[in-house]
Amino acid sequence: MTPLDGLTIAVPRGALFDGTVELLGALGLDTAELRSNDRKLLFEEIGVITMRPSDVPTYVEAGAADLGITGKDVLLEQGGWGSNSLGEDGRKVYELLDLGYGRCTMVLAGKAGPDPAAEALRRLGVMRVATKYPRIAARHLEETGRQAEIVEVKGSVELAPLTGIVEAIVDLTATGTTLRENNLVVREEIVECTARLIANPVSYKLKAAAIDDLRARVRALPIPSER
Amino acid sequence: MIHPIPSGTRDVLPDETREARAITDALRGVFERHGYGEVYTPALEYESVLARADMAEAQPAYRVFDENGSVLVLRSDMTVPIARVVATRYATAELPLRFCYFAHCYRGVAPARGQPRELLQAGIELIGSPAPDGTAEALTVLCHALDATGLKGYSVGLGDASLFPALMATLQVPEEARRGLLEALVMRDFVELERRIDESGLSGEPAELLLEVPQRRGGPELLGEAPAEAAEAVTGLRQVLELLEPEVAARVIVDLGLVRNIGYYTGAVFDVYDPALGAPLGGGGRYDELLGRFGRRLPAVGFALGVDRLHLALAGEERGTGALLARAVDTDGSVPA
Repeated sequence: MTPLDGLTIAVPRGALFDGTVELLGALGLDTAELRSNDRKLLFEEIGVITMRPSDVPTYVEAGAADLGITGKDVLLEQGGWGSNSLGEDGRKVYELLDLGYGRCTMVLAGKAGPDPAAEALRRLGVMRVATKYPRIAARHLEETGRQAEIVEVKGSVELAPLTGIVEAIVDLTATGTTLRENNLVVREEIVECTARLIANPVSYKLKAAAIDDLRARVRALPIPSER
Repeated sequence: MIHPIPSGTRDVLPDETREARAITDALRGVFERHGYGEVYTPALEYESVLARADMAEAQPAYRVFDENGSVLVLRSDMTVPIARVVATRYATAELPLRFCYFAHCYRGVAPARGQPRELLQAGIELIGSPAPDGTAEALTVLCHALDATGLKGYSVGLGDASLFPALMATLQVPEEARRGLLEALVMRDFVELERRIDESGLSGEPAELLLEVPQRRGGPELLGEAPAEAAEAVTGLRQVLELLEPEVAARVIVDLGLVRNIGYYTGAVFDVYDPALGAPLGGGGRYDELLGRFGRRLPAVGFALGVDRLHLALAGEERGTGALLARAVDTDGSVPA
């Protein structure tokens, strides 16, 4: 039995990795190999599998991992049980805990100076928005009563308004440095995002004791800013 | 030549048909032995008739106009059509009524998620038999039917759709906050639930109970420890458990936070889990208000199993490599306590 009581957890590589490894270390996992070997994906002896954050809900929903850690941004983009007004049907996972680290903000941003989005809305009735988060962007713009054409991009979103293909972007920002360097300013804050602990719905029922115990242990840890 | 078919549909060829038929034959045998007569209803119904039921997320997704301009829909489940049949064809029949069905239902899909548009459901409806006896009978038929298919590792989560609303009422959650709290629970988002409890101005023990009670799930001892605020639902669940034979009771996980995403459930609700599959195989519950909407007020309970999911779970158990099976599950298919 691992310190995770036989549970498997999906761990995100990338910005949330350090905070997650620290958390797992605090739970008594031997994280030495996890830290040192960034090519290995499966760490069976400690019940860890690693992947990019946006894949975590996929593996957890399918039951390949009982638990997972990923950003609220990913969950807002992919998650969801009910069908909402947009008829969305998301990855069905339980969201158990706000882990507090990896804090950043989903924002609507545009070029500094006169707002081209406002002008587009006034003259053309529709604004164009580039994003890696089409669902979050569409939901926010619908909720605020604006017509928008969503342009989904995979790489640097900042490029889109600079080349004039859109009037605004929806993106995640921690410090705002990248936005500033590209002469973009935050127009609206949409939602604060932090790392979340999620669970597979069947594991959550069938492995209730182990999952509740782990959840309680994580809850008892000092909050990350004090750690 | 490749001629495509819509995503989420498929052609079922002889190998799959043979295996699926073995499953449905096993289920049918048990349903019939318990006195459930098989019915067929049309796949197409009038939209205005099915709309009498509150389907929430299982709304019919496909609509066509007939030659008179009436709107027809492809049914999205069998419970509502059977409620219609009971009101129309069994208006004065002696109770209880027992029906079973094996029927394709049609749902909308999210893009690129591999979800079925057309799914084969197998289930029963027990009409005119109130809680707790009717509920216990449905759970018994459910477990006997799953046993007959050869499924080994399954469990049945048992909760009550009225529990959380009752908890909110007795803890005097402000009226305007209740919907939001229930929504967070339906989204299985306990972070959001906690935030909304805070936001509604609750604190201390009521706040703690609202967050913590729906996370309780496990053995029947949970019912003894449940707070007085949820007494009615808990008493109902205890009465159901007391009526179950030991083999059936052993399959039950009491789940005080169980919610199902279809609007018409009123009392006991259940979900079927198997460690070979990452999602429930099916579920059901009491719908004591639904029949009244079709003109004959009768208590009712039923369940539906996804035949494809059951097939997947059986195949996973056979290979010993289902979703959660590779880990922490004993070789006999049971999940360690």
